Amino acid sequence: MSFLQDYVYYIGAFGLVLIGLFIILSRRNLIKVIIGLSILDTGINLFLISVGYISKGTAPIFSKPGLVAEDMVDPVPQALVLTSIVIGVAVLALALALAMRLHKLHGTLDLRKIGELKW
Amino acid sequence: MRSIAIIILLAIVAVGIGVALMAIPFGVAKTQVGDHYTESGIGDTGASNIVTSVVVGYRAFDTLGEITILFVAAMGLGAVLAGGRKLGQRRDVEPASLILRTGCRFLFPLLLLFGAYIFIHGHLTPGGGFQGGAVIASAFLLVYLSCPGRRVSKVWSQTTESLGALTFVVLGLVGLTVGGHYYLSSFMPHGVVNELFSAGIIPVIYVAIGLKVGSDLTGIIDGMMEETI
Amino acid sequence: MIIFVSLLVLIMLVAAIAALIFRDLLSAVIASCLVSLLASILFLFLQAPDVAMAEASIGAALITAVFVIAIRRTDRYEE
Repeated sequence: MSFLQDYVYYIGAFGLVLIGLFIILSRRNLIKVIIGLSILDTGINLFLISVGYISKGTAPIFSKPGLVAEDMVDPVPQALVLTSIVIGVAVLALALALAMRLHKLHGTLDLRKIGELKW
Repeated sequence: MRSIAIIILLAIVAVGIGVALMAIPFGVAKTQVGDHYTESGIGDTGASNIVTSVVVGYRAFDTLGEITILFVAAMGLGAVLAGGRKLGQRRDVEPASLILRTGCRFLFPLLLLFGAYIFIHGHLTPGGGFQGGAVIASAFLLVYLSCPGRRVSKVWSQTTESLGALTFVVLGLVGLTVGGHYYLSSFMPHGVVNELFSAGIIPVIYVAIGLKVGSDLTGIIDGMMEETI
Repeated sequence: MIIFVSLLVLIMLVAAIAALIFRDLLSAVIASCLVSLLASILFLFLQAPDVAMAEASIGAALITAVFVIAIRRTDRYEE
């Protein structure tokens, strides 16, 4: 149980990163690859936030009297992840727009049939 | 062959991440910079939400770069999608159901109000310009879903976006000359902590970010919907 | 509490695997939306309400809408 207590968030982040990477590497549909990218993104955000956590900590907001700075969780990863989420949606939308253009040009989303991207 | 390569690559990545994660204990100590921010954040910036004081106070220059990325991505999306569209070719779509239309008419002003509330109170409560902008963009998404054919005016959205970015840059330059002589230094009075008019320039900048992010995300949705219909 | 969190993490991983195996792209997108939603609950437990709000409004709502629009424009099924 103490293993679970220590590592459950890490296990979640680790699993999401691996599954996202596997989708990106193994699938040949472009939209499926972008779904994998979004899952990978979520996993890395979860990992960064769980690194900044302190046991029995409070959120870094002085919303009521009696909160002390020593108990608060690390605000720096939270600020960085906030930025990363917003950039993530912009990048995903751009990737989807490119996929839509490729579909219009080639009539398919399959990477095997889109000649220039074959490996 | 390909699947073997994938499995080997994944195994290497898994071992690497696993070893790295085992070395980082969960829930122990902050970094020194995090300690400094939580201890002197209120004294330095006057915002009671420390995350806000990091995003728009200590690291506001990073945020300027970030909204630039958002703007460039939205512009690139518009450019990529506009290339394939023939003008004047718009299929007729069937109108949305009564429930969706009525719900949209009821929810749209409330969502706008809620988004504005989130980014105006960004220095006091959880939330801020990015979250409020996303709520506003989802209000416009609701309009796009319920009234097909109705568009957000390009002039208004571009004006709002430019106004937000301009406010950010000009406030930074004013801080360069008046305040602590560095970009985006807080030159307004800090006021009483936990009141609405406090924390110097942070609420002003967060309102600007909220307007900019809201119009950028609305522009992304607009570009994709226009391609669809 | 730890049981509840473990259950959430388990559902999240199952949803991610579902996004991997679904052939219907619309179902895969809804599964990845579920991943984002559960991740935002985990952010709340990790004392990050700002990030939880951003993830719920952007990750679970806007990204899903953008994906659905793109799928409606292209093919729904993965060959």
